[in-house]
This record gives sequence, C-alpha cells and structure tokens, in this order.
Amino acid sequence: MTIEFRMPALGADMTEGTLVEWRIAPGDPVKRGQVVALVETEKGIIDVESFHEGRVERLLVETGTHVPVGTALALFSGEAPQPASATAAAPAAAPVPGGGRVKISPAARRRAEELGLSIEELSSTGAGGPVSIADVEIAAAASKARPPALIALPASPIAPLAGAERTQATMRRAIAAAMTRAKREIPHYYLTQMIDFAPARAWLEQFNASRPVEDRLLYSVLIIKAVARAAAEIPGFSGFYRNGQFEAATDMHVGFAVAQRGGGLMAPALLSAASKDLIVLMHELMDLVARARGGHLRSSELGLPVITLTSLGDEGVDAVYPIIYPDQVAIVGAGRLTDRPWVGDGQVTIRPILTLTLAADHRVTDGRRGARFLARIATLLATPGEL
Amino acid sequence: MNESLKERVIRILIGVAPDIDASQLVTSLALRDQVDFDSMDTLHFAIALKKELGIDVPDADFRELASVDRCVQYLQRSAQALSLHT
Repeated sequence: MTIEFRMPALGADMTEGTLVEWRIAPGDPVKRGQVVALVETEKGIIDVESFHEGRVERLLVETGTHVPVGTALALFSGEAPQPASATAAAPAAAPVPGGGRVKISPAARRRAEELGLSIEELSSTGAGGPVSIADVEIAAAASKARPPALIALPASPIAPLAGAERTQATMRRAIAAAMTRAKREIPHYYLTQMIDFAPARAWLEQFNASRPVEDRLLYSVLIIKAVARAAAEIPGFSGFYRNGQFEAATDMHVGFAVAQRGGGLMAPALLSAASKDLIVLMHELMDLVARARGGHLRSSELGLPVITLTSLGDEGVDAVYPIIYPDQVAIVGAGRLTDRPWVGDGQVTIRPILTLTLAADHRVTDGRRGARFLARIATLLATPGEL
Repeated sequence: MNESLKERVIRILIGVAPDIDASQLVTSLALRDQVDFDSMDTLHFAIALKKELGIDVPDADFRELASVDRCVQYLQRSAQALSLHT
C-alpha cells in the first residue's frame, strides 16, 4: 500500500511551509514518530514526524520548495495490513493479530470516521498498542488541508534559513492571522479568580529545598498539571471547535505559551499532561521551552494542544486576558505571584496571590461551567502534593 | 591563559540561551530587562552553572543570577568558586 506523506498543518494558522531538509532517502525504513523532514514555517523550523510505518518509495518535493499544507511530499510503502489478495506476495510476513485489521480503540475509530480518515492508513505511536485518539489527531493534523488563511503568505520560493528578521515577520503575520480569526469567530467570555497560592508555594519551597537544581520545579508546572486535570474532569474546555461543532479531547495535551526573545510567541504542547508525574512534566517543559526558542519543535507538539496556558508572571502583570488559539475552545492566563492582604477565617493576613483568568468559547460552554472549571483548578492547587 | 570567571559565565549563559547575542550583552544590566530572561531561563542557567562549575545555587539565591556581574560576584563569594581561580 502506498501512503502519501503530506505537508502537515502545524496549527490552525499554517497554510504553507518550506521543506528545508529530508532526513530520509528512497529505500529507507521509516518508523512511526521518526523525524523524517525539517519544515520551515511561521513558527520556525519544525521537525516533522511520520505517523506511518513503512519504507520510503520516492521523495516528491525537493528541499527549498515552498508548498501549501496538504501537498504530498513523499510516497511511503506502508507495512500496514494488506488486503487478503496481496498477502500471497508476502508469505513470510508475520501474521497480524486480529485477522489483518488495524487495532484501534472504539473512540479512535469513531473520531477517525468523523474526520474522514481511512482506518487502514492509521498507525499507533505506542509500541504495538492500538491506535489511540491521539494517533488519529496526529494523522488528521498531518493530512488535513485547512481553510485558506486570512492573510496569504507570499507564494514565491523563500530561501530556507533566511535569517531571524524574516522569521520574525512571518511569525508576526501568523499570530495576526490566528488572533484575528479568533476575535472574529470565537465568542469569548472571561472569568478571573484570585487564588491563595500559599499552600502551593510552601509545598514547592519544601520540595525544591531537598533537590538538586536539575530536579526542581517551577510553579508553572503545578498550574499546567492543575489545568490538565481540571480539563480532563470538566468537559467543554479541552478540544476543538470545527465545522460548527465541538470535538472533545480525551488526552490533555496542554499548550504552553512560550515568548520568543525579541518578540513572537508559540504554544507547543506538553503531551498527556494530566497523567504525568510533576518531575517528568518539568523536564519535558524545560526541553519544550528550550526547543521553542532554539528550534526543533516536533510536529506533534504543534498540532496537538487541546487547551493552552499562558503565564506572564515573570513580567509583573497582575492578570492576563488571553485570546483563544483556534480551533481550541479555552485558554487559561496566569499573572504574577504577588503578596497581598487576604481575608481568611475572619482575619487579614499577607498571602501570595495568583490571579487566574479563563477565556472560553461561548459556543461550547457558559460562565457557570467556566466558574466551576476555574474553581477546580484552584482546589487542585490548594493540595499540590496530590497533583 | 585561563578563561576568566566572567568569560566562563557568559559562555555558560550563551550555552543555555543561544539566541542571545553575546556582543550586545551589558554585564551590569539585568538579563530580564535586556534579553527577556524569565524564570525558566534562570533555571536552565542554574543547571548549567552546576554542570560546568559544580555549584548548586539554591532557589533562594536565584536573584543573585539576575545579571552577569552579580552572578560572577556571587560565585566568587562561594568557597567552591574561589577554588576555580587557578
């Protein structure tokens, strides 16, 4: 079976990309999750992963070529299960469990059908495991051509690595396109909640005091975990709004807004953040932020966020009123942690206070559910040892 | 000739934030104000200082890493850093 490897859409705002480098050649075997190409986008150079397993038949596009999202870049011969008539040609092949059918979870099958993806072309990123919803989303992100952007990028070939200035300009344009679309299409509502961060800060100080610097946590990681857990528990804040309907996420890939030095922004995902240990999440966060600034983000990290957190605490603002990144349906903003007078148990004390803001999509949820969601984040942060 | 502690600190800094232009860096100014250094950068910087110099800066002293000059002074004050001057 021949599979087309296409220019992926790494976010709702991407319409085109430049193939910068092939990491494969005809005849090479390709594994799922393997970085097969480097693509330059408005977000810098991205490591694009294959979601197929197979062998490279042919490369269709030369490096340096600027192509629209969805363009076939290469042909792979898939080692996906063959139809019965084809198995005779490969008698030595190991029998595929389940009578040659793709192993896929029922939810993932439903999602694939909704997205119009061929089940036979899907493959799992988990070793030998069934195809999950995340695999389906990766496949969808890689294969689905998106509607045209509001602002068309120049179609002329652009020399790869043309310098930081051009990257800045294209990133600015990508942000403009995504945010204009968000403000036009998404009926935002905003809620804020001040939370007493004393328990979280005390827990964090104690945790960090006994650990070497490389195993210490930043408080952002507590907020990421709390947002992921709350989003997993309360529906309507994680997922995508597409084609007039809400598609709920099942795996909490939390986008984290990373400011670029000198301007610009990206929000790559921490994958499966709800179920990961805090130290693991912290190491992944540090790696993600370093790569968001230094290059080599992976296509799955850009295509998958189901909710985003933006933290401007370092900059000294009290609260952030963020704009939802399409096609997501919610974004949480965190301001700085600052000492304030706080009334609790009938007494005024000085406590470290964090202001969290939720911007959510009124097509999916209302303020009441939003209030529950924010309150849940606050509750989770009150007992950080259980995160 | 040995690299001075200041040169070493700058090299470590560029190692963790390669998007900083070392030639434009003013060592007396706060990194936050001139190169948008944030808490994540500071943590990366502290990890690299430990790896390169063997000094584990506690969280409470992270403010001493605010600028290159302040960092150098802090490292010099610590006994371990003094032994680096050979």
